[in-house]
Amino acid sequence: MNEDKIFLSLKNLNVGYDGHTLIHDICSDIHKGEIVTLIGPNGAGKSTILKSITRQLSIISGQVVLGNDDIITMPYRLLATRMSVVLTEHLKAELMTCYDLVATGRYPYTGRLGLLTDKDREIIEEALEQVHIKELADKDFNAISDGQKQRVLLARAICQEPEIIILDEPTSYLDVHHKLSLLSILRRMAKEKNITVVMSLHEIDLAQKISDKIICVKGDHLFAYGRPEDIFIKDSIRELYDIDNGSFDPLYGSIELPAPKGDPEVMILSTSGNGIPLYRLFQKAEIPFHAGILYENDLDHHLARDLAAGIISVKPFMPISENDLDQARNVMSTVKAVINAGMDIGSINAPMEELLKDAEDKGILMDIESYLKKRREQ
Amino acid sequence: MINERIKRNSRYVVVFIVMIVAFLAIVVLNINTGSVKIPVPEIFKIIMTKDGAAEWVNIIWKIRMPRILMAALLGGALSLSGFLLQTFFENPIAGPFVLGISSGAKMVVALTMIVALEHFTFVSSYTLIIAAFIGSLISTGFILLLSGKLRHMATLLVAGIMIGYICSAITDFVVTFAEDSDIVNLHGWSLGSFSGMSWSNVQVAAIVVAVSFALCVFMSKPISAFQMGENYARSMGVNVKAFRVALILLSSILSATVTAFAGPISFVGIAVPFLIKHSLNTAKPLLVIPGTFFGGAVFCMLCDLIARTAFAPTELNISTVTSVFGAPIVIFMMLRKKGGR
Repeated sequence: MNEDKIFLSLKNLNVGYDGHTLIHDICSDIHKGEIVTLIGPNGAGKSTILKSITRQLSIISGQVVLGNDDIITMPYRLLATRMSVVLTEHLKAELMTCYDLVATGRYPYTGRLGLLTDKDREIIEEALEQVHIKELADKDFNAISDGQKQRVLLARAICQEPEIIILDEPTSYLDVHHKLSLLSILRRMAKEKNITVVMSLHEIDLAQKISDKIICVKGDHLFAYGRPEDIFIKDSIRELYDIDNGSFDPLYGSIELPAPKGDPEVMILSTSGNGIPLYRLFQKAEIPFHAGILYENDLDHHLARDLAAGIISVKPFMPISENDLDQARNVMSTVKAVINAGMDIGSINAPMEELLKDAEDKGILMDIESYLKKRREQ
Repeated sequence: MINERIKRNSRYVVVFIVMIVAFLAIVVLNINTGSVKIPVPEIFKIIMTKDGAAEWVNIIWKIRMPRILMAALLGGALSLSGFLLQTFFENPIAGPFVLGISSGAKMVVALTMIVALEHFTFVSSYTLIIAAFIGSLISTGFILLLSGKLRHMATLLVAGIMIGYICSAITDFVVTFAEDSDIVNLHGWSLGSFSGMSWSNVQVAAIVVAVSFALCVFMSKPISAFQMGENYARSMGVNVKAFRVALILLSSILSATVTAFAGPISFVGIAVPFLIKHSLNTAKPLLVIPGTFFGGAVFCMLCDLIARTAFAPTELNISTVTSVFGAPIVIFMMLRKKGGR
């Protein structure tokens, strides 16, 4: 897009409460139509930064420049026509229908008495449609669910016809369905209307998938700032959240609990993702396992790196060597069972048949139920 | 959506028509009843032509008309002041009486009267309003000072009630040591009453209340934003600081006017806005402000009628009557809120 034109610029911003700086030297340049997400541990100051950008908190030093104007000197009224917000705080809406609430977005445009014109009503209805809440229009705002409320608030923000929308943790309290629908509305809005979105999210997996830029906040400074593909590297996320009890998978954006500790009890042979349900099962039961001969580009291999006590890996599309088989036989001699989770065996990995036969001969090849049953009996 | 709009609009129309009818009926009833009964046809004739039996003309024009107009004006002002305070404190049970604002006004008015009557024989209405306004601001100032520290709304109300007691204690103390002649006057007034209103009183009250009312209507837009909470109001372009100052000044001048003329009157400021919001089924200030004003007028005229006639010839304090009707409404509000959660 218009990469050269910076729309929102934070310049050496210091933010905090009551004159005490919490986070210093925040610098970042945000372009029009971008979705920028703040991530970071609880209490890192994501909300503090957002509150400073929206002028709910006075800035300690530095500048927030919107287009060509410094927001500090901009009249509130003018800022309201360019920036709208969805806050985390509970919104008071006494005896208000959702329609009334969405209509408050027209505030900066209505006259002295705040009466709505036909044009205002058109815009309100458009906004209701955009977030799919037309049927809620006449309902009392306090009587609808959290997911619906969040969408009403988004419609309200859209009604304000802003160039930029700021959302503070818009997905908290929402179930998966509502999270996804809210974020896809934001995505569409950003692309179709070229509206800039700056928000904070707790769900790093969603942040990775929806954002154009990520700002990581930790301690008293910005930990990192950049495109998701540069930010979501295993170690940087681990460091950002101080994860020592699990892992983050940057490829799928999923979070894994730590691998079971100890020597492997079983060996799992699988290909093509068939092993994954078993990995999770053993992980939950805290039974350490060894992952069988896996190609490095196999789905199973990807997860086994996080969850298995050990893996025998083979380079993609290479034949399985005698050496690999020996390693596998070694493992087999130490484990109590070998489980075949389902394998696609072709010409290139044909030696796997051999391995299965060896296990059968040793009497340790079993399916998962019989293994678990045997284990319970002991 | 459009059907709903029509439904709501007709509800507003019905509520306002009911209030206007009630207003007119109570005016007539009020003028009709009393120690001297005046037949209804005569009332219309005397009001329109100022012509009729001299005694009746006098009763209507000198006593009952100014009194009932005053009850209407001050009742409206009091309710409106309550609505503004509820908006300001984001609490439906805030009001000039519970927050001690009326008592503060009463205290300064009492002091002013005692000091002024020592030196002059007469205190002008404007002086009393200004005195009451200063008293209101003193109480409000204390409340604001405390509200910075007391985040919880219930404690804020307790603080308001305490400030009210302190102000009443000071007033009682001053009255006890004042000269006899002043006390008689002050005692009736300090319990709240619409009796003894003159046309000049009505004129002054009408000017102050009308101007304040107009300003409130012009503030209905920022009030509607503020109802959603301070931060949303700011994001919509409201200069929150200036707005807060304006809101406090307006509600103080309104309740000060009431206290200056009729003394402190309880519960009207809480009960009426609640009743109006729920009968209109909206909190939109553009509707609630005139609704509350009208509703307060009707409510106070009715209470004054009861105060005047229930145990005639003995007249009750207006607060006695407003409490009987208002307090149960407030209790109902609190119970309902708990159940709703």
